Amino acid sequence: MSATTRLILDPIACDGHGICAELLPEVITLDEWGFPMLAASDIPDELLPAVRRAVTNCPTLALRLTRWEDERR
Amino acid sequence: MTAVDVNISPDHRIGPPALPRLLGPDPTLATHLARYGPLTRQSSMLIDAVRAAGLTGRGGARFPTADKLAAVLHAPSPRVVVGNGTEGEPLSAKDKTLLVRSPHLVLDGLEIAARIVGARHRILCVERGNPAVHAALATALAERGDRHTDVVFTPRRYITGQETALVDFINRGPGRPTGERPYERGVDRRPTLVDNVETLAHLALIARFGPSWFRSVGTPMSPGSLLVTVAGAVQDPGVFELPGGASLDGLLHGVGARRPRAVLLGGYYGQWISAEAAAVTALSAEGTHDHGTSLGCGVVAVVDHDSCAVAEFTRVIRWFAASSAGQCGACAWGLRDIVSATEALQAGRSVPEAASDIARWASRIRGRGACRLPDGAIDFLESGLRVFAPEIDEHRRGRCTRPDRRLLSTPRPEPWA
Repeated sequence: MSATTRLILDPIACDGHGICAELLPEVITLDEWGFPMLAASDIPDELLPAVRRAVTNCPTLALRLTRWEDERR
Repeated sequence: MTAVDVNISPDHRIGPPALPRLLGPDPTLATHLARYGPLTRQSSMLIDAVRAAGLTGRGGARFPTADKLAAVLHAPSPRVVVGNGTEGEPLSAKDKTLLVRSPHLVLDGLEIAARIVGARHRILCVERGNPAVHAALATALAERGDRHTDVVFTPRRYITGQETALVDFINRGPGRPTGERPYERGVDRRPTLVDNVETLAHLALIARFGPSWFRSVGTPMSPGSLLVTVAGAVQDPGVFELPGGASLDGLLHGVGARRPRAVLLGGYYGQWISAEAAAVTALSAEGTHDHGTSLGCGVVAVVDHDSCAVAEFTRVIRWFAASSAGQCGACAWGLRDIVSATEALQAGRSVPEAASDIARWASRIRGRGACRLPDGAIDFLESGLRVFAPEIDEHRRGRCTRPDRRLLSTPRPEPWA
């Protein structure tokens, strides 16, 4: 079994502060209205520290991480 | 149309052999019972009967009803069932018609749904300002001696009919989408089933007559009957009950569509097809899918050559932007910009730039809201830009002389409190 970390954005909570895109440009860019777009939701382990910084620095707590256990069938 | 299946299971009685099924001669309880018979204590196989019948939601998404029932049933109790009769889609009248003409079918369906998922709390939602609907419901509830079904009156806002927004309103919120799945966390934070009232009416009949009867009209992939609302440039607009797979061309002729230019299938949440495509489209999931659309909530709106289609769809895009809950940046800001670009197309200004802006923003906005309103707006607009390309070119050259005849009504949403 392997685990995937997924980054999820809540579009309702997000107010477009844009801090996440500064902290995590590998994954997050801002659209023309200043709101984040996630390039991918599965996060490789080496990016986890940066992702966690982005999650904790969001003023509206719009980002969250979940871990998925992938069951091999 | 196939012959009535005579292999009736011991749980089921013989149902009406032909259409109409949902729309009876009068709404009284006596006529309802004479026509359909009483609701009996149903077997625990009912969710399988719904699956075998292939019933899909009639609210617009056309999601398999059995899967929705199963999701709520497998969530912890207590559970709640909600009948959605709000019908915020401005062109649609089928739910209001069903509630006025066959309220007992809807209320039976709500009871059956509650029985299937083991819910005690039943709620029926309708929009404010519809006296005929309210009166029909009050009379029907009194006839049944029903004190357990709560009727909730919602504001006149398209977005509040979205199932998470409806749950939010029932929970005394403003009625904005929440992004929380009702079957996980709904009314009073309990697992909640939300079904369109027409879906519930079909459920009430499947409970009595079984899945084979349900499938005795329609196609294998679009079984049963469906209600359509015909609107726009036709002589006889209104609500009709049709078998799945009915010919759209036959319907258009039947309602006196004179010189159709294009048809909007599924309402504002649906898509445009040209009159030529409409002539070979069947009103089924598979038939509409072949033309890149779906039945949606069953609206068939016709525009002819007498009204300015560009003005009509520009007004609808403005209505979409006004209907946004304004919670999600891509929707609130993106639709605002899309309105400006669409107005530029209507005015014939900077047409290539406006068209390419719309295409870029469309791909940016899709899927980034908490609900599908922005996606619906974009599907509506992009299909309109394809179908009405000649008219847009006329506007570019300043050559359109048609007025906006307001075939497509765009009532202003009730302001947020």
